[in-house]
Amino acid sequence: MIFFLQMLVTGIVVGSIYGLVALGFVLIYRASGALNLANGEFVIIGPYICLILMTAYKIPFIFALFITLIFSAVLGLTVERLVIRPLQNAPVVSVIMATIGLSSLLGGAVHMIWGHQTRTFPQVFPPTPINFSGIIITPVYLWSFVVVIVILILFSIFFKFSKMGIAMRAVADDRHAALSMGISVKYVYAATWTIASVVAAVGGVLLGNINGLSPTMAAIGLTVLPVVILGGLDSVLGAIVGGFIIGILQNLAGGYLDPLIGGGLKDVVPFIVVLLILMLKPYGLFGSRTIERV
Amino acid sequence: MGCLVVEQLKGCDKVRNLFVRETGNYKTSYSNDMKMFGTTGAKIKALLIVIVVLSLPLYVTNYWIGLLTLCAISAVGAIGLNILTGLTGQISIGVGAFLGVGGYTSAILTSTYGLSFWISLPIAGIVTALIGGLFGIPALRLKGLYLAIATLAAQVIILFVISRWDSLTGGTAGMVLSRPTIGEYTLSSNTGYYYLCTIILLLTVMYATNLIRTRTGRAFLAVRDRDIAAQIMGINLFKYKVMAFAISSFFVGIAGALLAHYTMIVSPELYSFHVSIEYLAMILIGGLGSVFGSILGAAFITLLPVSLGSLIDVMAGFMPELYQLFSAFKDFVFGAVIILFLIFEPGGLAHIWLNIKKYFKLWPFSY
Repeated sequence: MIFFLQMLVTGIVVGSIYGLVALGFVLIYRASGALNLANGEFVIIGPYICLILMTAYKIPFIFALFITLIFSAVLGLTVERLVIRPLQNAPVVSVIMATIGLSSLLGGAVHMIWGHQTRTFPQVFPPTPINFSGIIITPVYLWSFVVVIVILILFSIFFKFSKMGIAMRAVADDRHAALSMGISVKYVYAATWTIASVVAAVGGVLLGNINGLSPTMAAIGLTVLPVVILGGLDSVLGAIVGGFIIGILQNLAGGYLDPLIGGGLKDVVPFIVVLLILMLKPYGLFGSRTIERV
Repeated sequence: MGCLVVEQLKGCDKVRNLFVRETGNYKTSYSNDMKMFGTTGAKIKALLIVIVVLSLPLYVTNYWIGLLTLCAISAVGAIGLNILTGLTGQISIGVGAFLGVGGYTSAILTSTYGLSFWISLPIAGIVTALIGGLFGIPALRLKGLYLAIATLAAQVIILFVISRWDSLTGGTAGMVLSRPTIGEYTLSSNTGYYYLCTIILLLTVMYATNLIRTRTGRAFLAVRDRDIAAQIMGINLFKYKVMAFAISSFFVGIAGALLAHYTMIVSPELYSFHVSIEYLAMILIGGLGSVFGSILGAAFITLLPVSLGSLIDVMAGFMPELYQLFSAFKDFVFGAVIILFLIFEPGGLAHIWLNIKKYFKLWPFSY
């Protein structure tokens, strides 16, 4: 029972980070209808900056994080301006392909600048695990969970009440109608990419604190795809809930089935889930169904 | 210029000067329009290309023959993918795994069961087509993004099965293959294998160009342009989507088997997600929906690392540490090339080629 609960808790925590990274996907999908396959690279660039600031320049974590977030915002803006905006009127497939190219480009750049070895973060969160009657949680995990919940609440409020959030929803709904109502679509796109990039960096810093940092971590960009599909591509809540479900399933499968077939199942389970979801409920748990007209 | 009457046009066609290109498009019947080689010039051009391609080993070094073989193999796979993505509009990012299915099928049949390469090659294609069709079934309900993710799932799941099914596939260690033989003669030299691959490429090109001209090809195009409209016009969406997946996977499987027998080894990491991206880049850079573009794109992507390698050889004089960064540098340039093509030349190399041709058609009097 303790084993089960431990797996469950780890799953929830890992899932919360998945949710955070998935949020980046959802934001961009909502605004532009495209999938940002370079999200994984956005996730790893942030923590690298943070790490370098902390180790090479001895800047305290909280300031380093602040600078990282600003850097990520600029990165998101630059990418939107240089890559996405020229493709604004291109078919969605082109935009997806461009983000694949972007992921190759950014991945190559990270590799060239910082090498391929795994780096560990300096101690930010206290290392002593907290023991909840047998279930062990490290503070990093607890923090990630809290951060994700806070961000989820913030975004729900943002989309519901702020002018920008409503503009974003309008653009997501119908770009041309939004344009004719006086919403600057360019501005909304730029804001979306900025926010998505910042969210990805937050997720990356948390992940870096848990696992250490290496270019292979960018694979999370693909691991998280099942999460968005499960939750529904355009649902913020879906991203978070999907994150939890996939995280838990992954850990349970890893804990119970891996010993039977010799490991490696953790990375595959999300994709088996996604195939089932796509066949049974293509719009995910919370995604909105689109009606197509000729 | 007086050839407005049909009879006169036909007469003109027979006595045409080979070195003068026609300036207009005088097609008078549907079958005339659909002709593969409309003019004598086109026939001669096609023949010349075949002769040049087949005679290349006579005056090119062995190293280049090896590279050209790789180009030809990738071109077969790229044409396959282009049938799916370019013609039918179904994006697939699981090509790598399907290459793997082809390679492994041939490896298992030849190495474990001792079958001849000539039997295992078509079987590899058929098995890949079956599996491709299977993963194509979700395409009925999915499109665009969702389909891309379904094919990504196919990639991950197939690779997982390959690397875990130790008894059949040799697990992560992979398998060793041998080169095909014709009677007593083994195609162990680059040149022999080059001929094999180019002949298969020629057959693939012929099939693909013909496919576009048939009912099936037109149905594919209709599905790509607007699948609901196509359905209303009586095209069986399920049949044609699954068919596109199967046909495309067949060629990808053939390419996988050819590649496996060329490198003489198969192992799971040869068929990673990165390979899928490379193939997508090939058809994108080459030109979506264009057979000729697929070949250009395949050559471009295959030769890109080679030319980067020689570039680095030059630059290493100033920066010796560049050698360690080679793979990262390759990724970087690869990504940049994809983005630049998407932004500045969405039609791909095939479109650039058309533009050049158009320019020289009336050269030097282009007005």
